[in-house]
Amino acid sequence: MPRLLPYLLLLPATAFLCLFFLFPFVQVAHDSVMRNGVYTLENFSRMAGHWKFSTAFWNTMLLTAVVVPIQLAMALTMASIVTKLQRGRSTILYIFAIPLGISDLAAGLIWLSVFEQSGFLNSLLVGLGVVDQPILLLGYQNTWIIFIAIVLAEVWRATAIMMVILVAGMGLIPKEYGEAADVFGASRWQKFRRVTLPMLRPSLQTALILRVILAFEVFAVVVALGGTQLPVLMSETYHWQFQMQERGVAAAFAMVILAVSVAFTILILRLLHVPKGARV
Amino acid sequence: MAVIEIKQVAKTFGSFTALHSVDLTIADQEFMVLLGASGCGKTTLLRIIAGLETPTTGEVWIGGRRVDHLPPRERGIAMVFQNYAVFPHLTVFENIAFGLRMKKMDQAEVTRRVTRTAELMHIEQLLKRYSGELSGGQRQRVAVARALAMEPDVILMDEPLSNLDALLRLEMRAELKGVLAESKTTTIYVTHDQVEAMSLADRISVMNGGRIVQAANPVEVYRNPAARFVGSFIGNPPMNFLAATPAGPGKWQVAGQMFDGPVAAAAEFAIRPEDLHPGDTGLPAEVRVVEPLGPHTLITASVAGQPFRAILDSTLLPAPGDLLHFAPAPDRIRWFDPATQTAL
Repeated sequence: MPRLLPYLLLLPATAFLCLFFLFPFVQVAHDSVMRNGVYTLENFSRMAGHWKFSTAFWNTMLLTAVVVPIQLAMALTMASIVTKLQRGRSTILYIFAIPLGISDLAAGLIWLSVFEQSGFLNSLLVGLGVVDQPILLLGYQNTWIIFIAIVLAEVWRATAIMMVILVAGMGLIPKEYGEAADVFGASRWQKFRRVTLPMLRPSLQTALILRVILAFEVFAVVVALGGTQLPVLMSETYHWQFQMQERGVAAAFAMVILAVSVAFTILILRLLHVPKGARV
Repeated sequence: MAVIEIKQVAKTFGSFTALHSVDLTIADQEFMVLLGASGCGKTTLLRIIAGLETPTTGEVWIGGRRVDHLPPRERGIAMVFQNYAVFPHLTVFENIAFGLRMKKMDQAEVTRRVTRTAELMHIEQLLKRYSGELSGGQRQRVAVARALAMEPDVILMDEPLSNLDALLRLEMRAELKGVLAESKTTTIYVTHDQVEAMSLADRISVMNGGRIVQAANPVEVYRNPAARFVGSFIGNPPMNFLAATPAGPGKWQVAGQMFDGPVAAAAEFAIRPEDLHPGDTGLPAEVRVVEPLGPHTLITASVAGQPFRAILDSTLLPAPGDLLHFAPAPDRIRWFDPATQTAL
C-alpha cells in the first residue's frame, strides 16, 4: 500500500487537471477542425484568409522578439548585481517583485494613464512647454508609440519573474567555480560569459520558456493600450470568439498560439541543452 | 623566480580575528606547507595570497612585486581547490585549457600544453570527458593539470587531497611531490594532515589561532618544536608532557626522577613516545592499554597520574597493570616554559 500512496495523493490534482484542462483542451482542438458538424480545415483557412491574421501574427512575433531579449538582458544584469549584494538582498528582491503582484490588465491601465491624452506624459510635455496642447499618442496614426508603450509595460511588468528565477539559479552555482575563474585569469565579462552563463543554462531554460510562452499570450496590456489598433494573436482569438461568435476560428487561433509555443519551447530546450555528465 | 613575502598580514571578519599580523617569507621553488587544525587561519592566509580575500592590514609580495591590491589573475598564480572546482560544463581538455584561453594563447600552444600536462598527470585518455563522468581522483588530477598548464610562478593548493580515500591520497601524495619538484614552481600547500605535511614540505609553517607558531623544515619541527602546541599537534601519537619541579639550578625532578634541564623559574618536561627505552630505571609507568601495531607496540600508560604513551619494539608485550620504567634518551628531552608555552 505505501507504494501506491504517493499516486493516491496525487490523484485528486491529476483528475482536476484532466477534467478542467485536458478535456477543454481536447474540446478546443476538436472545435478547430469542426464546422457545421463536419471535419474540415475551413476554420484555419478562414483565419489565415482574414486580412488581420498576418498582422496579428507578426505583431505577436515582433513583440516577443523585442520584449524577451530586453527582459533577458535586464534580468541577467539585475540578478548578477543582486547575487553579489552582501546586505539588503531580500529587500531589493521584494521591491523588484512588486509588479508581479499586479494583473496584466491593471498594468496596462497604469501605463495607459501615462500615455493617454490626459495622461502624465502629456501633462509633463505641456508643463515643460514642449507641446502647446496634449497630443494623441496612442492613435492609429502612430502605432509605433502604442508598440513602445506595450513593450515598456511588458518589460516593467514581467522582468522580475525572470530575475527571480535567475537569482535562484545563480545561488545554486558553487562559489568555487567563480573563484577558479578569477584565479585562472578570467575578467568579469569572461567569468560571466564562460562560467556563469553556461552553468545557468537550466534556469535560463525555465525563465525563457516561461516568458516566451507568456509573450505569445500577451493580451490585456495590448488591449488596454492599443484597443484594436495593434492586433495580436490573443486579441484576435478574443475577437473571433466573442464579437464574431466564430468559435471554430477562435479555436484555430488558439491552436496556432499553441503550435508556436510548443515550437519555441522545443527550440529553447535544444539550444540550452546541458549534456549528461556536464551537469553540476 | 618567485619569492613570496608576507608582511604583517592580518585579517579580521567582524569581531573575529582570523590572522594576527603574520610574517612569512617563502623562497623561490620552495615547497611550503601551512599546517594546522581547522580554524587556525591557514586557508585564510592562502586565500589572501591568491587574492580571493583582502588582508585587513599588511602586504603581500610575489616575485618582488606588491600584489595585495591586484586581482588574482594579475598575480602569476594558479590554484588547486579543495573541491577541485573542475568546471562541469567543459570537457577535461577545455578545463585544463581554461586559463590559457583566458590569456588568448594560440591554439597550437594550448594543445601542446594541455597534452603535456595531461600526460604528466596520466589523464590523456580522459580529455574528451566531462567532469561528471570522472571519479574524485581523476577530477583531482584535472585540477592539478589545469594549474600546471598555466606554468605559473606560484601554485597554491588548498587541502587538495582531503577529499580522496586513504589509499588514493597516499598515491597522489607521492605523485604530486614528484610533479611539483620537476615543475620548479614555488608551492604553498594547506593541509591539516601532519603526515602529508611532513612528507611533502621543504618547510612547514605550523599555525595556531591565527599565528605562525613555527616555520622550519619537517625534521626540525618534529625534533625541536618551538612551542608546546607544535609538540602536541605533530607526531602520532604526539609528545608526552610531564610537570617538573625545580631541584636546584638546572636540575628538575620529574615523576620522582632527576633530570638536567634549563635554568628557569618553571619548566615542563617533554619527550616523544619513540624516544623511551624500557629498563630497570627511568620514569615509572603503569601500563593501561597495549596496542600491538606490527612493527612496534604502542603503550598507553600512566606516569605520575598523567597519561603517557610509549612506542616500544613489538617483541615487548607487557600486560595492562604491569609496572615499567621508561628511560628517556637524554638528547631527545625537550623543555617548555609553562607560562609562555614556548621552548626553553
